[in-house]
Amino acid sequence: MNIFIPTPLRPYAEGKDAVDVNAATISEALDALVRTHPGLRKHLFTEEGKLRAFVNLYCNDEDVRYLPEKEQTAVSAGDTLSIIPSIAGGAVFEPTRR
Amino acid sequence: MTRALYESIRAHGEETYPHECCGALLGRSTPEGWRVEDSVRAGNTRTDSAHNRYSIAPLELVRIEREARRQGIEIAGFYHSHPDHPAQWSATDFAEAHWLGCSYLITEVAHGKAAVTNSFLLAGITEEEKQFVHESIQLED
Repeated sequence: MNIFIPTPLRPYAEGKDAVDVNAATISEALDALVRTHPGLRKHLFTEEGKLRAFVNLYCNDEDVRYLPEKEQTAVSAGDTLSIIPSIAGGAVFEPTRR
Repeated sequence: MTRALYESIRAHGEETYPHECCGALLGRSTPEGWRVEDSVRAGNTRTDSAHNRYSIAPLELVRIEREARRQGIEIAGFYHSHPDHPAQWSATDFAEAHWLGCSYLITEVAHGKAAVTNSFLLAGITEEEKQFVHESIQLED
């Protein structure tokens, strides 16, 4: 499957915007990705090996978290996996208490 | 970026006032910083608190990124507005910023009119040592 690498992680994937891996599941695809590009590991996973909370994974157009088998979902060569860090924020204005 | 693009980003904040607007900046990396060539408006999913929070749906980002890739450009950063609040990053902006090396553009919209616009580069190598660094915005006519 083809894994799309977001802008901030490209320096750790030799500048590539996509990496092709041979994998039977999403989990295997991620393993193959960090095996080939070890510098990506700490950006994607916590020290406990869990995917960082702000990292979203989309298999084609599906949020991996909501797939019945999550990261164990079977994939084929034509599938794509997008790694998308979340985007949020805001002014969160708190009026001064007098 | 071009002045026209800059003004269209600021106008987005005026249109969504008193709610926050948000969108993505698309461009190319240069030795001087990002050259922003296009922007894409995104929906603010924080309808529960849109006056002081913004969030872009990941699937929308996936599609924006796919389209940028097709055009041979990349996501250079993001923009959002601060309705009646300074164009400075907030603790929330910092905590929820994860695109290292990308620019975060913030426009103050005061009483419905775009005021100051600032850009901050999310610098640092890792999430643990990230920091916002103020950067200049150079406009071309």
